[in-house]
Amino acid sequence: MNDASVSASTAAAVAATGKPAPSTNQAKVHAADVNVYYGEKQALKSVSIDIPERAVTSFIGPSGCGKSTFLRCINRMNDTIETCRVTGTITIDKADIYDSGLDVVELRARVGMVFQKPNPFPKSIFENVAYGPRIHGLARSKTDLEEIVQTSLKKASLWEEVKDRLAESGTGLSGGQQQRLCIARAIAVSPEVILMDEPCSALDPIATAKIEELIDELRENYTIIIVTHSMQQAARVSQRTAFFHLGVLVETGETDQIFTNPIDRRTQDYITGRFG
Amino acid sequence: MAEHIVTSFDDDLKDLARRIAEVGGLAERAVDQAVRALTAVDLAVARKVIESDDHIDALQREIEERAILVIARRQPMAQDLREVMAAIHIANDLERVGDLAKNTAKRVIAIDGQFQPKQFVHGVEHLADLALEQLKNVLDAYASHDLEQALSVWKHDNEIDVLYTSLFRELLTYMMEDPRNISFCTHLLFCAKNIERIGDHATNIAEIVNYVITGVQLTDERPKKDTSSLTSIEYKEA
Repeated sequence: MNDASVSASTAAAVAATGKPAPSTNQAKVHAADVNVYYGEKQALKSVSIDIPERAVTSFIGPSGCGKSTFLRCINRMNDTIETCRVTGTITIDKADIYDSGLDVVELRARVGMVFQKPNPFPKSIFENVAYGPRIHGLARSKTDLEEIVQTSLKKASLWEEVKDRLAESGTGLSGGQQQRLCIARAIAVSPEVILMDEPCSALDPIATAKIEELIDELRENYTIIIVTHSMQQAARVSQRTAFFHLGVLVETGETDQIFTNPIDRRTQDYITGRFG
Repeated sequence: MAEHIVTSFDDDLKDLARRIAEVGGLAERAVDQAVRALTAVDLAVARKVIESDDHIDALQREIEERAILVIARRQPMAQDLREVMAAIHIANDLERVGDLAKNTAKRVIAIDGQFQPKQFVHGVEHLADLALEQLKNVLDAYASHDLEQALSVWKHDNEIDVLYTSLFRELLTYMMEDPRNISFCTHLLFCAKNIERIGDHATNIAEIVNYVITGVQLTDERPKKDTSSLTSIEYKEA
């Protein structure tokens, strides 16, 4: 495993498909030579990637490969870990998100996050969604706020199911509904990028299908990055896929290509279930 | 290729490959016997070929069912997925080869008792030798994942086409020489066409083997030399 293979495999992807690897959409998030250390241990090694806007990019790889670590770099969630150190550059719309003058709270409003386990606040359904817009001062009036809540719940395909019980606790919903509530909460502050860290791993197939359908709809307006352990899910929902292994970004390319004809041997071994 | 973590997945894939080899062997034998039945006008062998086709058909259906099961159960990706799809396609091609052998065998029964000059059959025999060689090579290429051998089969189909076109002319000439030859020669012409198609199936399989190994479809136009559809022979009064 060497770091040089990152650019090598990208070049190989270009050669194999005969066209440049990046999709037609412009890069929203751009990372160059990103290294992450937890104390002495290096968790990410020189990761460089362009993430296209208004498309779904999936990160796959075995546990501990660094995919979640990298995801958390994009909204600086790693800042909250004492021993964590990040080097390299990550930009969103060409602006450095590790710039010392940057307001991290504002960044996290622009880059929303949905976690593996649904984590609604122990408050009403309405309050769960209204909380973000309220603290960010996005609503000028009560009607404004109500409208934001309604639109967000509609975008998260939850409105029809909860419109008559907005005052009930968010924690009383089913797991799939809770996850969609968390997505509505993320959407409510009008983010540009949504990070999803295994958003369906705690859900049943039907709730999973609803989230996947939702991801497909959200792609029209948002840049979505999803970490998933389900190869089938990555193949279904994303347009581009990045494969991480041992802290290295091994291969990135069109999802269709990665799952039918990956270039790197390690990608092939992983997606076909051959990793020992 | 390393083994899967789930070893029964490897067993499934090996099982598919083994069944393809089995069907391939049966198809080869059917072609060989059909042509031998034709040259010797041996009705017993011809009937055997006709009967054996049911077995080939059944095996093809079995391969298809098992491949579908593998997809449902394992959700194969990348090379594994290509292997499973290849098994379905190749089984299909081999089943068609069996049908063409069967049709040739049926014609042996049809020409029984007709006026049959022996030398007319030589060309068909030679054509069959080439097609069988192609079929054998491509099955070997599949079994050993030999890309070079698969591509060589793909490139050599034009030899069969060229021979078929010249055979077409030859048989037409016999028919013009003596109308009593028409029935026999027409059957031979169909047999020759069957064999030419068997060659086409061998090249199909070669394309599939290429796809399994490289993950990329062959897009170049294969050199086609079967020009019989454009061939006419003028009748000259003696």
